[in-house]
Amino acid sequence: MSLGITWVRDWVTESARVVAEHRVELITLDREIGDGDHGENLDRGFSAVMAKLGDLPPDAVPGDALKLVATTLISTVGGASGPLLGTAYLKASVAVGKEPELDGAALVAMLTAARDGAVLRGKAEVGDKTMIDSWTPAVDAAAAALADGRNEVEILQAAADAAAAGAESTEPLIAHKGRASYLGERAIGHRDPGAQSSALIIRAAADTAAADFVPAAGSEN
Amino acid sequence: MKKIINDPKDVVTESVAGFGAAHPDLVTISLDPVYILRVDEPVKGKVALVSGGGGGHEPLHGGFVGFGMLDAAVPGPIFTSPTPDPILAATIAVDGGAGVLHIVKNYTGDVLNFETAADLAAAEGIDVRTVIVDDDVAVKDSTWTAGRRGVAGTVLVEKIAGAAAERGDDLDAVAAVATKVNAQTRTLGIALTAPTVPHAGEPSFTLDEDEIEIGIGIHGEPGRERIKLEPADAIVDRMLEPILEDLPFASGDSVLLFVNGMGGTPLVELYIMFRRAAEVLAAQGITVTRTLVGNFVTSLEMQGASITVLKLDDELTGLWDAPVQTAALRWGR
Repeated sequence: MSLGITWVRDWVTESARVVAEHRVELITLDREIGDGDHGENLDRGFSAVMAKLGDLPPDAVPGDALKLVATTLISTVGGASGPLLGTAYLKASVAVGKEPELDGAALVAMLTAARDGAVLRGKAEVGDKTMIDSWTPAVDAAAAALADGRNEVEILQAAADAAAAGAESTEPLIAHKGRASYLGERAIGHRDPGAQSSALIIRAAADTAAADFVPAAGSEN
Repeated sequence: MKKIINDPKDVVTESVAGFGAAHPDLVTISLDPVYILRVDEPVKGKVALVSGGGGGHEPLHGGFVGFGMLDAAVPGPIFTSPTPDPILAATIAVDGGAGVLHIVKNYTGDVLNFETAADLAAAEGIDVRTVIVDDDVAVKDSTWTAGRRGVAGTVLVEKIAGAAAERGDDLDAVAAVATKVNAQTRTLGIALTAPTVPHAGEPSFTLDEDEIEIGIGIHGEPGRERIKLEPADAIVDRMLEPILEDLPFASGDSVLLFVNGMGGTPLVELYIMFRRAAEVLAAQGITVTRTLVGNFVTSLEMQGASITVLKLDDELTGLWDAPVQTAALRWGR
């Protein structure tokens, strides 16, 4: 296994890139059912994260990088997504502790803790048309992949696929949390911007893991 | 989008800088992080009031910083709640030893960020209490939505709680007054057009030329229904009905009637609305004893208005009449 600090840095960098790339798309989704700031807020947050990523010491472990992301997002994003996503990264950081390398079980624990953190803050459930509709299927798919004996990359890819499907699944839903909840039935037909951005971030985790992954010594390849 | 701005990213900081330059007798400002303080902070022994939320609702909240009202305002980016850091910094700056009341509009982002800041302030040894404002009758308070929003009634909460703090009430008492004002305040808003957020560059939603949205929040979010434009009197009647049945207000009550513009509606229209609203209340035996008309809680350049009714008693009336000296409200001093 080889998903260590390099992967987390790459994941964060790729997250910042895709958030910037999808900034307008996320703003548009949010204009439709919210107030049109989601892409702007996340772009501001991840840009701030990128500015600080270089400050990490050479001996930083994944948990240190995740904590840096958490505190930076909380202090720069604002709105609802700052505390929600920030808490997710903070709980993920605690879950991986000081481990220098993350195996499949650690990745599942990390994703689970992230999801639980967002639920703790936002009190949303699956079906409320929020980021949880991406996170929970991702966690479930990752856990299933781990149980099937899949490797780290496959676990993250399963999570990314499930998160993407989860984001899509928000389209027919009525929102029960956040600003979109005021729309009632008029939210139907619009994808939740928070679910979409979370799916992008989880996809970034899988893509960078695939690029960085070096199979453990002795495994088949 | 046609706006008098420089870089969309700088809208809030440049506006706050200008606000500070325009009102040096009332406020001092911080630009990193962004917040606005009453000029004589901290006021020793006085409960301090801090409010905030996304920018784009001016004069809320910075326009209400000063004697008899807020001690600090924390504007986030346009329509985006501030992060915990500036809320914490403002809270520390205004604490005069008697504790700090956070007045928070019921929007998910505002609630989460103020909650985090309050936890951090408590860790610094500051006694913080929070009152959530949720005066908007357009939203049914149920498990199916994020709950009623805090809209124009926020100004009344800030003014009256600010007067209670100024006369020397302790933190519990100031929080109790704020809670009471919120409990007796009901608001409903309408929109004729959408606002354009500078960084988005396009209107937040579209309404046809002959459509209005009933029950909007202060970002134009809908609440009840979209209907064809009607004459002013019919619109006002439609707005007052859910307000009056919600508390409910009763014949014999004294109230404060507040007609608030959303930024793009001229006073001439707000006064047409006020005239009708006062008539309707009088017909129900409700006496309007205090009034407020103008653009106080806005949504950028959105055309629209809200009507707020606050049920008064002697205490609230006295606190409303107490002196206030801020950029947007000033009397008795």
